[in-house]
Parts: sequence; structure tokens; C-alpha cells
Amino acid sequence: MQVIVKWAPLLLTGFAFNILISAFAMLLGTIAGLGLGLGLLSDRWLIRQVSWTLTQIFRNAPWLVLLFFVMFLVPFQVTVFNVHIPFPDWVKATVGFALPVMANVAEVVRGAVRSVPSTQWEAAESLAFTRRQIMWRIILPQCIKRMLPPWMNIYSLVAMSTVLASIVGVSEMLTLTAQVHAAEGGRPELFAPLYGFALLCFFLYCYPINLWTAHLERSFQTH
Amino acid sequence: MTVVWTADQPIVKCTDVRKSYGAFEVLKGISLSVSKGEVVCIIGPSGSGKSTLIRCINALVPITLGTIHVQGIDVTDPQLDKLALRRKVGMVFQQYNLFPHKTALQNVMMAPLHVLRQESKAVEERSRALLAKVRLAGKEESYPGELSGGQQQRVAIARSLAMRPDVMLFDEVTAALDPETVKEVLVTIRELAEEGMTCILVTHEMGFAREVADHIYFTDHGVIVEHGPPATFFTEARDERTRRFLSQVL
Repeated sequence: MQVIVKWAPLLLTGFAFNILISAFAMLLGTIAGLGLGLGLLSDRWLIRQVSWTLTQIFRNAPWLVLLFFVMFLVPFQVTVFNVHIPFPDWVKATVGFALPVMANVAEVVRGAVRSVPSTQWEAAESLAFTRRQIMWRIILPQCIKRMLPPWMNIYSLVAMSTVLASIVGVSEMLTLTAQVHAAEGGRPELFAPLYGFALLCFFLYCYPINLWTAHLERSFQTH
Repeated sequence: MTVVWTADQPIVKCTDVRKSYGAFEVLKGISLSVSKGEVVCIIGPSGSGKSTLIRCINALVPITLGTIHVQGIDVTDPQLDKLALRRKVGMVFQQYNLFPHKTALQNVMMAPLHVLRQESKAVEERSRALLAKVRLAGKEESYPGELSGGQQQRVAIARSLAMRPDVMLFDEVTAALDPETVKEVLVTIRELAEEGMTCILVTHEMGFAREVADHIYFTDHGVIVEHGPPATFFTEARDERTRRFLSQVL
């Protein structure tokens, strides 16, 4: 117990880092996923095919494999016009997590848009709206409510997956927990409390999100 | 393309319109013409192609063969500017199809605001006037889900009118309504007709067709079986199919 109290500030900093990575991954992945999802619904064959292929690749690859790909294929810095843009490990990890988020969000967007009755398109077309206007002004606003629960579900999965970044050396909570354990002499009796603390942090973070998601799903069903 | 159209020509003219879905021919050569200010009712049994026909007029459904002209615009032209056509032709649907995430007022304002890019203050003023005209003053801020079927349908009519169309299409607009709200919608349409709006209605309301229509077309199995002004249509139907249909619905 004393060990946990002693190291809690450090471990919680690590946890904050997990949340930061998950939040940025979610932000990036959502923006890209919205674009990709609209690509899946494009009226142009080529855009549809390319979007479909990308979605399938990133949806059906293990997250850890994607993470490794980004970690080892993206250089640690990029030089554009003599300006060095560094890519620290945690940024790369964020991108690595954003890829599967993107593909899953794309599917959520596609499903939600499809679930809007085609009569909405008909009504909007007969009022001379363009395809783009119909999508952005009429269809997507109706989808936000439907997209929210699956989107939150994806987020909770991302938050829990961020510990995978420990494998590639990002100093997030799990990495720090292992280091603390080693610093305390690697005593076996410390194993359960230290990792239990990490477990508890994630549980306390993700469980309310899932409760809230379930609550939203129920309340939308009755509408 | 310059369109030469004068008001003495038909505002909507369909010539030998055919429409097939795969091997199934829904419309088998329909010809009709509608003059400016005329009110035309299309009646006939379910599945006779009435709704498909009026969806062809604003190019929601592409036709297979034949021609349709609206104010001289060739609807079958591959270069057709569909948006320009649809600005002239308003349409009201059986299921109202209001935008559920917008209030009644916003539903009416959206198209003039974003399609015609008119100034928002003027649009709002006119939209409120239109809602008042369809007797929905006070319901501006209501969402479609909070309105009755008849009220929703009148919002839908106001939404179409906000584009100042030259022709209005009504696709069985009272078919989904409770009997007591049918009347309030029909009153609104009648007022429009009296103001000189060109209206094409697909309807099952025979009493209404008789009172309001200038011309009635009876369709069955994708063809026009018989047509004429209501005075003679209802009393002197010659074709056996028309007579049988009328005896069932009247």
C-alpha cells in the first residue's frame, strides 16, 4: 500500500498520458473516419472502392500490428524545407491507434447514413438541394445521435488498448508500472497491488463511459 | 440552352412516357399535358404507376423512353440541370418526409436559404407567412415529431411553396392521414388551386377530385385508360375498367 501511495503520482501521470493518447487518437481517427465513411458512400465508383479497401485493411488488422507498422515505418523526424518536425514515440503511437479508429468510425458513419430513410433524400432532392448539401445539412445531423453510442464504444476500446504502447516503449502507465516494480526490487508480492492499481484506474475510467453508452442506447431506442 | 416557353403552351407535357424496372414495365406510353393554372388529378388502382409518373416529372425517377417537358425544359435531356428543374417543381409526399431534426419554421426556411441563397431575414418573414397561410401560426418552433399528420403535411406544403414553384406535385398526400385531418390538408390544396397554382395530384379522394380538378386521368396497368373533365368523367365513363373502379371507390 505504501508503495502504491509513494508511486501513485508517477503512475497517475502515466495514466494521464494514456488518456491523452486515446483522446488524440480518437480525434484524429474520427476526422479521418468521417472522411473515409463519406468515401464509402460516394457516388463515384473509384472513391468507393479505395475507401472500402482502406476500411477493410484497417478494420481487420490487429491493433498491435498496426502500431508496430507505424512505430517502425514512420521516421522519428521529418525534414521539410530545413524545418525538422520531430515525431516522438507517443505521437507515432497515437497515429497507430488512430488508424483502426478511423476504419471503425468509417463503418459507423456508413451504417448511420444508410439507416436514414431514403425518403429523406427524395424530399431533399425535390427541393433542389445538391448531394453534398443533403449529406451535410440533412442526413449527417440526423445521424449524430445514432452514431454516438458506437462511437463511445470505440473510444473505450481505444482507451484500454493504449497500454499496448508499453510494448513499443512509450512511457504510459503500464510501462511505468513495470519500471516501478523493478525499482522496488521486483518483489513478487508487489506484483498484484501494482498491476491491480493500473487495472483499477482503467476500470474507473472506462466503466462509467460504458454505462453512459448503454444509457444513451436505451434512451434513443424509446424515441 | 435557351428555353422558349410561353404561357399558352402546356406547362407540363408528357409524350409516350415509358418506364421499366428490369423486365417490368410500369408506364407503358403515357401522354398528358397540363396547362398553366390547371388542376389535374390522376386516379387509378394501386400499382398502376401513378406515383412513378409524377416522380418522373421532377426527374426523381429517370424514364426509359418518351419525353417530358416542364416549361419547355426537356427532362430527358442528358445535360439536364436537375436542380434548375426542381426549383420550378414542388413536391409533397404521402409520408410528409419533413426533416425531423429541424423545427417547422426551419423546415420551410432551409431550401430558400441554402438552395436559393436568399437573405435570411426575408426568408424567415416569408416562411412565417407561409406557415400562417397553411393555418400553422404558433407552431413555428414545433418539431415534426410534435405535430399531427395533418399538421406535418401542411408544413410540407409550406416547405414546397417556399421555393415559389410553378408546378406542384402531390403524391397521395392524404393517404397516410387520419380521416379527420384529411380535410384540413385538402382545404389547403384547394386554396392553392384557387390562387391559380398548377397542381398535379395523385389521389384517392374522389370527392375532392370531382370538386377541384379541371381534368381527371384514370390510369391502370401503366396506361391512361380514360380522361376528361370531372363533370363527364364521373358520370359518363365509357371504359369498363373505369366504371368498375369508380363503382368501388364512390
